[in-house]
Amino acid sequence: MTINDIKNLLNATVVSGHQLLDTEVHNACGSDMMSDVLAFVKDQSVLLTGLVNSQVVRTAEMMDMVCIIFVRGKEPSEEIINLAADRGIVLMKTSLRMFPACGILYQAGLRG
Amino acid sequence: MKLHYEVPGDDFTRAGDASGDVKRRLKRLGFPPDVIRRAAIAIYEGEINMVIHAGGGTADIEIMPDRITAVLSDNGPGIPDVEKAMQEGWSTAPDNIRALGFGAGMGLPNIRKYSDSLNIDTAVGKGTTLTITVLANPAQQ
Ligand SMILES: Nc1ncnc2c1ncn2[C@@H]1O[C@H](COP(=O)(O)OP(=O)(O)OP(=O)(O)O)[C@@H](O)[C@H]1O
Ligand SMILES: [Mg+2]
Repeated sequence: MTINDIKNLLNATVVSGHQLLDTEVHNACGSDMMSDVLAFVKDQSVLLTGLVNSQVVRTAEMMDMVCIIFVRGKEPSEEIINLAADRGIVLMKTSLRMFPACGILYQAGLRG
Repeated sequence: MKLHYEVPGDDFTRAGDASGDVKRRLKRLGFPPDVIRRAAIAIYEGEINMVIHAGGGTADIEIMPDRITAVLSDNGPGIPDVEKAMQEGWSTAPDNIRALGFGAGMGLPNIRKYSDSLNIDTAVGKGTTLTITVLANPAQQ
């Protein structure tokens, strides 16, 4: 699926990186602990998290992830948005909570 | 190529500046993606540890065709029990650090996992120096 498909599935709002929505993604990871995310390299390209700070973007950068989804409607700051834009990472937010958001994406074929 | 970074202890948002810069340089130099990722994650975890546990420090990186070596040095409290600290899930991070997404006790185990060698030199009350090596072509070594 593409990042745009994720946007539709989660009824998400794109915060930044609109030009990258056609990027294909196959694997995702959901966590609020960044070292847990860093522990399993499996070519994940999407990170779902309830945590909102610049280290989320740094973690995605180290993992070569292309898309971050903030769950529970969390709002990233200007600083986070600028960092993500500089690193070529799409930022989205959804009002869904972590569990349903992951479930919907898993059912649609995204793997962990 | 030798690189030196100051890792400020008072600005959590800047943790990742050094590892991010190293990562971009390795990319430009044409290192294999998995080597770049292993080196970047290992240095990033070390950088974060210096910021959240030791009040900052320095990162000295040497990039050679066959290996990347990172020396991460701080003057923080040191690690009293390295064997414990190396265990997955063991952390002394307080709640305010956990709220920032760190303190899972996975950083040092991750560094060991992604590096080809890790040496920890630490003394309580003096500080900690991590020496991390990632080989650029581990299969052939
Ligand atoms: N540079 C350091 N100075 C002092 N203590 C450290 C340092 N690095 C690690 N430690 C100690 O070792 C413990 C384990 O470190 P590790 O990186 O594995 O986990 P963490 O930082 O607590 O959590 P995580 O890395 O998952 O966010 C830390 O909780 C801390 O007590
Ligand atoms: Mg750590």
